[in-house]
Amino acid sequence: MTGPDPVRLYRTVRLIRRFEERAIELVDAGEIVGGIHPYLGQEGVAAGVCAALAAGDLVTGTHRGHGHVLAKGADPARMLAELCGRVTGLNRGRGGSMHAADFGVGVLGANAIVGAAGAILTGAVWARRRRGDDVVGATFFGDGAVNEGMLLEAFNLAALWRVPVLFVCENNGYATTMPVEGAVAGTIAGRAAAFGMPATAVDGQDPEQVRAVTAAAVARMRAGGGPELVEARTYRFDAHHTFEHRVRLDYRPPEEVAAARLRDPVLIQGDRLPAEVRAAVDAEVEATLTAAVDFALAGPAPDPATALDHLYASGLTARTGGG
Amino acid sequence: MPRLSYRRALTRALADEMTRDESVFLLGEDIRVAAANVTTGLLKKFGPDRVLDTPLSEQAFTSFATGAALAGARPVIEFQIPSLLFLVFEQIVNHAHKFPLMTGGQCAVPVTYLVPGSGSRTGWAGQHSDHPYGLFAHVGVTTVVPATPADAYGLLVSAIRCDDPVVVFAPAGALDARADVTDLAPVPLGRGVVRRPGADVTVVAVGHLVHDALAVAEELAGQVSVEVFDPRTLYPFDWDGLLDSVSRTGRLVVVDDSNRSCGIAGEIIATVVERVPLAAPPRRVTRPDGAVLPFAPALDRAVQPGRDQLTAAIQLTCKDG
Repeated sequence: MTGPDPVRLYRTVRLIRRFEERAIELVDAGEIVGGIHPYLGQEGVAAGVCAALAAGDLVTGTHRGHGHVLAKGADPARMLAELCGRVTGLNRGRGGSMHAADFGVGVLGANAIVGAAGAILTGAVWARRRRGDDVVGATFFGDGAVNEGMLLEAFNLAALWRVPVLFVCENNGYATTMPVEGAVAGTIAGRAAAFGMPATAVDGQDPEQVRAVTAAAVARMRAGGGPELVEARTYRFDAHHTFEHRVRLDYRPPEEVAAARLRDPVLIQGDRLPAEVRAAVDAEVEATLTAAVDFALAGPAPDPATALDHLYASGLTARTGGG
Repeated sequence: MPRLSYRRALTRALADEMTRDESVFLLGEDIRVAAANVTTGLLKKFGPDRVLDTPLSEQAFTSFATGAALAGARPVIEFQIPSLLFLVFEQIVNHAHKFPLMTGGQCAVPVTYLVPGSGSRTGWAGQHSDHPYGLFAHVGVTTVVPATPADAYGLLVSAIRCDDPVVVFAPAGALDARADVTDLAPVPLGRGVVRRPGADVTVVAVGHLVHDALAVAEELAGQVSVEVFDPRTLYPFDWDGLLDSVSRTGRLVVVDDSNRSCGIAGEIIATVVERVPLAAPPRRVTRPDGAVLPFAPALDRAVQPGRDQLTAAIQLTCKDG
């Protein structure tokens, strides 16, 4: 079964996949400092959710957030420039991988504190709707976040005040190295039930299914329904963070990883397209990313004299730290 | 001349800004019934959509306000207890404060955090009596501590209009202050004021301690001429105003109702001695290191900076050098 625009959905998962692979090359080459949290394997979640949102809707992402930012429509070239710390980046080189934001396309930021963004997005959607804008939101978080009190408080506020926020749990099985069964008492869906929120589990490896589940939830929310939770069951194909490429941490059996990789969202969606269409999308994505890498590496590094720029929106200037 | 209480000054500031700007709204615990006697009458005037009673979810509603601010609103949060700021420190510092820089200037987070009743409220003991303004000054969040009704009005108005997060500490020790107020006007953030001119020593007093410093200055008037400087805003601090005062007096005493180690008094002294030669070593009167306010009134008072300590510090500083 395919949705209204399987090509677009394929393009998004393919773009995220190749973006992450190119980004890892840039980490290895020393062009991206600090490493990244690769979204490899989870592309179907961001792509499916964002395909069911309107351009004006709002999202927040996570430390593993490249997919969310790209799927919502940020320019891959400016995103990659941000990862490379260039002034041409989305955040002018001030945010990096874990804080990439593009308010112009409704991305109120990747947020590197687990469980922190749900309340922020709830407030943003509430404020926009109070002004009369027909806006809904989707906030992504991992399975590790369901034990953060602040996220559970956000569930309560959103449900209490009927703020149309889709809480998207990307359950990839591990909070860094901690398996879900070692961390979560009860169930993830059970947490939603406690606040009277509908919860739907979905195969996060199938972009079409994620899109369909999200579209149904968004339709209910736009019709006046309150928040909902989607638990997208997915798997992280690569490391928690690229430092694992150098330091092997033994927490996932290799056969488990190998088996999970067989359910690849890029292949699942790609197989739904005629070969020539798929090849054309692949070629287009390659061209986009080649141009993005060139753009990122050509961008100037920020001037150290501007390190405190944007610290205060009010124009306040801070004292510098020198003697 | 109309007499205005400190609390009513805060109420007026909220009402005036809510009238002036539709994007301003209030949220907090028990604010519809005005349990802290600050939001009094505002529910009736502005309705439940702009005066939101929240569940006891400080972390979530603090970040909710951050999100609302990102979407163009100007939230004002009332916290009933100063120690709740410890609970939401992460939400303010790690999110609200950091968003403008981390996003490369894509957003502003104009949230006001109002704490009516900061510091000791006799008998409220260890967990309700903190005065953590120094923490916010340390992390670089705009921090104001008005001492008078006129400043309570003017600084709260400026805080709400500011495009950055601002914490407004309304010290419990100042809430009963009343003053003749003819002109209510915004008070600029970051601008201190000389409350009493003097020639021999500059006393920097924070918040309610301004009133103690003025009383001590009056008591000592026959012996020493004390200038009382009220910074009003602790971050950004009015260094020019203070340095101007200390350049004239050559002596400095700071009285500060927060803990000694890494407290704002230490920063004030450090900055002055970096810039101005003093005639005598500067002194500070503060809470002790690591202070936890004990319950019994005599113990509570023993831990707070007192007038006797301030008098002694002024006399020592003026004897030295």
